[in-house]
Amino acid sequence: MCRIGAIKSKVPFHPSKALYLMLPQQEGHDNSGFAMTMQDLAGRFTPYKDKPLLSLACTQKGAKLVEDYMETNNFLPVHEWIPKVKQQPGLDIKAMPYYIFRNYDYPEHYGNATKAAKEELLLNTRLALRAILGKNEEGYAYSFWPDVLTLKEIGDPRDIATYFHLWDDNGDMMARNIVVQCRQNTNYDIVRYAAHPFFLQGYTLCANGENTFYTKNKEYQKSLHRGYIGFESDSQNFLYTLHYVLHELKWPIKYYKHIITPLPFEEIKSRPDCAELTAIRQSLGHLEINGPNTIIAMLPDGNIMTCCDSKKLRPVVVGGDDTTMAISSEVCGINTILPDRSRENDIYPNEREIVVINDRLEVERWKQ
Amino acid sequence: METVKMQDMTVTDLPWKIEYQPDRCTMCGSCVAACSFDAIEAAMERRSITVSTGYQPSPTQKHMATPVIKQKSRLGNVCVGCGMCEKVCPNKAIRPVRNTDSRYNLLARNGGNTIKRGGRTNLNADRTLDRIIVGRISQMTDPSLDSVRHTFDILAPFGRVLPPNELPFASDGHSLKLTHATPPVKWIYPVIFSDMSIGALSTRAWEAIALATAYLNEKHNLPIRMCSGEGGMPVKLLESEQLKYMIIQIASGHFGWNRIIKAMPRMKVDPAGILIKIGQGAKPGDGGLLPAAKVAEHVQAIRGVPKADLMSPPNHQGLYSIEESVQKMFMSMNAAFKFRVPVAIKCAASATSVSVYNNLLRDPYKICGGFFIDGIQGGTGAANEISLDHTGHPVVSKARECYLAAVKQGRQGQIPLWAGGGIGMTGNAAADAFKIICLGANGVFIGKLLIQLCGCIGNEHGRCNSCSTGKCPTGICTQDPRLVKRLDVDKAAQNIVEYMLALDSEMRKLMAPIGNSSLPVGRSDALVTTDKAIADKLGIQYVC
Repeated sequence: MCRIGAIKSKVPFHPSKALYLMLPQQEGHDNSGFAMTMQDLAGRFTPYKDKPLLSLACTQKGAKLVEDYMETNNFLPVHEWIPKVKQQPGLDIKAMPYYIFRNYDYPEHYGNATKAAKEELLLNTRLALRAILGKNEEGYAYSFWPDVLTLKEIGDPRDIATYFHLWDDNGDMMARNIVVQCRQNTNYDIVRYAAHPFFLQGYTLCANGENTFYTKNKEYQKSLHRGYIGFESDSQNFLYTLHYVLHELKWPIKYYKHIITPLPFEEIKSRPDCAELTAIRQSLGHLEINGPNTIIAMLPDGNIMTCCDSKKLRPVVVGGDDTTMAISSEVCGINTILPDRSRENDIYPNEREIVVINDRLEVERWKQ
Repeated sequence: METVKMQDMTVTDLPWKIEYQPDRCTMCGSCVAACSFDAIEAAMERRSITVSTGYQPSPTQKHMATPVIKQKSRLGNVCVGCGMCEKVCPNKAIRPVRNTDSRYNLLARNGGNTIKRGGRTNLNADRTLDRIIVGRISQMTDPSLDSVRHTFDILAPFGRVLPPNELPFASDGHSLKLTHATPPVKWIYPVIFSDMSIGALSTRAWEAIALATAYLNEKHNLPIRMCSGEGGMPVKLLESEQLKYMIIQIASGHFGWNRIIKAMPRMKVDPAGILIKIGQGAKPGDGGLLPAAKVAEHVQAIRGVPKADLMSPPNHQGLYSIEESVQKMFMSMNAAFKFRVPVAIKCAASATSVSVYNNLLRDPYKICGGFFIDGIQGGTGAANEISLDHTGHPVVSKARECYLAAVKQGRQGQIPLWAGGGIGMTGNAAADAFKIICLGANGVFIGKLLIQLCGCIGNEHGRCNSCSTGKCPTGICTQDPRLVKRLDVDKAAQNIVEYMLALDSEMRKLMAPIGNSSLPVGRSDALVTTDKAIADKLGIQYVC
């Protein structure tokens, strides 16, 4: 079983906090990888918050391919961080030769472009880079988005953190939101892309569980949007549906739950919004997700959310104080990073519930 | 020898021979009375027996004329192996035995006539569904559900489903509101009682199915729908609340529609749907046929026809394209039911089914409420044997291809796919339905299984299949009042109800292990096969 977590804070914090959230929960395969997506960055990235940030793991050749592509397509690099890694014998990490985090300026002709046009450009660019790098396995492009950084690696999370100096909380690499997972894929081949969190146009998602409707989800999503690719993990379906509902259909977030875990027809019948819920259930039947699962997601506006399968077979807990809130598979993680919070305020979300934490750290709960 | 022609027919030339034990027979006459085909008769045979009646043995030969039961060796009175004689014989003195040396195929085309029969294909009984196994079982990280205690949504759509981005929703930022009507979609049980007309079936058989439908709906909350078949239905039913369980069929003969239209002002409820029958799996490219022998008075009344062979044309006259079919659906919905009733199309599975489905999917009016494909193992009341055995198309790969064609366009689920033709052929309809649903169908339709539950004894090995003769020995497929009385309506309905309740539990027993609380439409990953060719064709996992 995966363990997943997310931290949202009013003050920037260091990724080591995410590790402290995750490590007490460690079990079984949970030490086979580490991946995180940081949003609302601070530290060295503060001056470049509006510049799209490319997160990349690649070979030397891959780095060259990316540079060429970006140059050809008129992206100007404005800031770069290549982490100094700690090469130390005995570290359990299957590292790539290069990790590049680089901010770019939009191409000049995008000066007056709309937000939507820029979002499309960033997605197209990441997809193009992914295709170029994938051809000869020269690297992985995880995210290309303003104020978002993604790091993924295979190995023991402790050693990965050592390798990237993630234990050294020196104020250099900070964020207000982090979504994290400590595990590589078990259902399918080990592929760096397959590790959660998944990212698409500002939407970040981690999932703990199974999606028995993976095949039908995948078959449907493939035709819905060009960004819905990869499918290295059944959990990617959760992200794509979230993106489809909020970004493409522009429906309110509470309907996400009605799509992935629709109410039984009997229950829908007795609801005042029966007509709407029926229409949603029948039109989006192929995005339904069966199987036990818990989702933690981060939205473009920085809100973080969680929801569970309709049978509530996977754990999740929400807790925090006035400054920091966390969502985690198990409460021991939150106890480690926020030992002084009032635990009686912890929330154990039910089935058919969405819990959202906004920028003011207010918690909103919707019963489906 | 001169009195016998070498071409004369004998009992040995027939497909079934009557095995008769005169020593057990009491000549009660039950078998002769029960044989609706008049294949046996009471006759006299000259017998020679040795008797001794004195104190000491003094055998003498005695010649006498003895009454016996004898099989007729005439083509018009061929034994069909129905076994009614055996069923009614109090002494087990008589039974039909399959004759492997039959020359029937060579003889039955006498007078230049084709062989006609009912039933379904007698040659293509090799079923793909039997080689598919439900192989993806949820266990540890993904636990199986409890089939007894968990709630399942075993429902399928009937009606045109709009793609999500075309739903007429207005959002205020918190909630969505439908701003205008969408095409009608009914969520019904994924098993439809297939179209078998009054006329093809006896009134009692049809009534038994209708009774079972209403009972399942009203007493067991199982929203089964029954299709009327061509030829309309009783006006009382049209004007009753139970019409909501019925799908009314328009076939190419348009029989019965006059009365349906006349009854419309008095309809209390809308029917569940309309099914436009283009073709039938048992005899694709062939029209309907109700032989004159079965056009009884009430059939004449319902259909408004004289006693004659009623042949529906093989196509809808004046309808030569899919676009025109769509137009017809448009008219049916608009003119008749003001878009409140879904309209679906039923075609025989064929090499061109996918083209038809693609066309319907691309219909800009979003009017087609379902695509029913009927495979070669589907049944019929009457057809030419040559059509039954030698034309048609298996339904499984065609249903799968249609689903995948929709997947390719991202339109899966928009026109519900219903598959039929041999579903439940081995008696296990739940397994068949489940597997074909995993391959992409939304539901199945069953016909012959129902009449088998009523008591039909026909099979795919040439037993009976005499639905076309009007002499159905079980009273199911005949209009002869003497034979119809043989059918116990209540018992037949009860059998159907009980089978469907078992099927419903069996569906749960299959859905629970794969961890699905709703129907696994398109969950091809749940299936495996030990046949490489099937695995390749259907895109499912090969196992060995």
